[in-house]
Amino acid sequence: MRSDAIHPSAPIARLSAAHKRYGAITALAGIDLDIRRGELLALLGPNGAGKSTALGLLTGRFGADAGTVSVFGADPRDAATRRRFGVMQQEAKLPETMKVRELVNLFASYYPAPRGVDETLSLAGIGDLAQRRYAALSGGQQRRVQFAVAICGAPELLFVDEPTTGLDVDARRGFWQVLRGLREQGLSIVLTTHYLEEADALAERVVLIDHGRVLAEDTPAGIKARASGSRIRCSSALDVASIARWAGVHSVQRDGSRLSIRGADSDALVRQLLAADPSLSGLEVSALSLEDAFIELTRSADTATPIGEAA
Amino acid sequence: MNTAAALGRPASLPMSAAATLRLYALECGYEVLKMARMPAFVVPTLAFPVVFYLMFAVMIPGQWGSFQKAAYLFATYGVFGIIGPALFGFGVGLAMERESGLLELKRVSPMPIAAYFVAKIVMSLLSGLCVVLLLSAAAFGLGGVSMAFGDWLLLVGALLLGALPFCALGLFIGSLVKGQAAVAIVNLVYLPMSVLSGLWVPMFAFPAIVQKLAVIWPAWHLAQLALGINGQIEGVNVLLHVAVLLGFTVFFLSLAALRLRGR
Repeated sequence: MRSDAIHPSAPIARLSAAHKRYGAITALAGIDLDIRRGELLALLGPNGAGKSTALGLLTGRFGADAGTVSVFGADPRDAATRRRFGVMQQEAKLPETMKVRELVNLFASYYPAPRGVDETLSLAGIGDLAQRRYAALSGGQQRRVQFAVAICGAPELLFVDEPTTGLDVDARRGFWQVLRGLREQGLSIVLTTHYLEEADALAERVVLIDHGRVLAEDTPAGIKARASGSRIRCSSALDVASIARWAGVHSVQRDGSRLSIRGADSDALVRQLLAADPSLSGLEVSALSLEDAFIELTRSADTATPIGEAA
Repeated sequence: MNTAAALGRPASLPMSAAATLRLYALECGYEVLKMARMPAFVVPTLAFPVVFYLMFAVMIPGQWGSFQKAAYLFATYGVFGIIGPALFGFGVGLAMERESGLLELKRVSPMPIAAYFVAKIVMSLLSGLCVVLLLSAAAFGLGGVSMAFGDWLLLVGALLLGALPFCALGLFIGSLVKGQAAVAIVNLVYLPMSVLSGLWVPMFAFPAIVQKLAVIWPAWHLAQLALGINGQIEGVNVLLHVAVLLGFTVFFLSLAALRLRGR
């Protein structure tokens, strides 16, 4: 019985009301998450938000204290389930004295129908490093080997935890290309990141996580829209406190002669500003970046009862 | 029709017996290769017992009471020599790979966890075998020791099987601490236990209390078996020592399993 065979859009992996505590620290406070076939989903959040813990549950590193975890309709701790997904963890050093080809060959042997070793190496862009020892590689090259190890089993679902942390800009963009290529081949990918740019560049769907909860779940554009729309900058002598009382204004800041206003409806605000101050100049209107959206959303969550930070 | 089937394979393909066999063979082979590429670790582990033997049994031959030094130390350095790889291979190896995250990565991979431990046992036994072969060459070639071939085979077999309790102890130490801390703990256990079990000098050299306490050390029990086989002591209660070693193995395996599962 496989529900995802009947409903192609049904989730292939799911967390339902999942809780995880480490001693006094709540890492996940009842999280619900669906992963759909063929999508690239980004779990976005600051360090300690609970992203890696969510991935730990989905990859079967540990069990949930409460709630359920299911991957392909089964427990991710079952070997039969594990043969269908690959994992790139955030902190995993491979044995230093082993050569790249040997590492991929070993991990590929865990799967019933693995990718060829050469194909894996070239997909990960490390074909020329096959005979090098792991210890002799740069940090970026080592990440690529870890990635090769994650995809060598030809998985249907790939979990990558902070894959580009510590990589330079070129290496990061190169890695994005590889991920996009794999997704085009039908691979479902779950990526955790604290780079907003990364989620924006890669994901169809972003799940924003902080304090072990889902704050928002949407397309990158939708996330931006949720954090209510736009930022207006202008030079004006208008009083900050009185603007803050206008309808639809979220925040106002003054920096010298410049005002910076965040609000929902930029058209109405611009009209109101021009009416209040005809001498107003240097008007700029821009959409909030994902970064702004992120700050806005996490800030509003902070006003709720705070929960401990998690590793 | 799901994607996996569309890709030409069923949702979850079982591992064939041949693929499983290959997996175990690769895991063991690479474990040995991984170690063989660390001469700074391998050479001392393999060479120490035979170097000690050459110094204390070959260069300074003689008798210790009723014991013939060359034969006594052949048996006890054999015990000393197989404990080293068991404690270091398992204890330190596991502790290092828990710290580096490799064990976690393997746990989320489809690798059967047994393959990880089988590889470590094979590695320990192979190192132990090398130590015993080196010692045998020194004992027979330079120490003037002579044994029936059957007895020698029995001794080698006993020492290799006798490595298992120490693999279990190493596993427990490796489950207790991560990284370099395991090296300190292993040395803290390994060297005092070896001395207090009569592996370096016979037990009669020690105060009565230390002699009485020898029964708590698994190394002493294994040494009694080894010394019995090469004729240095008589009337060895084989069943008792085997039972103690077995109990010891089960005890530390259980503790280690509790620690590793409990995380």
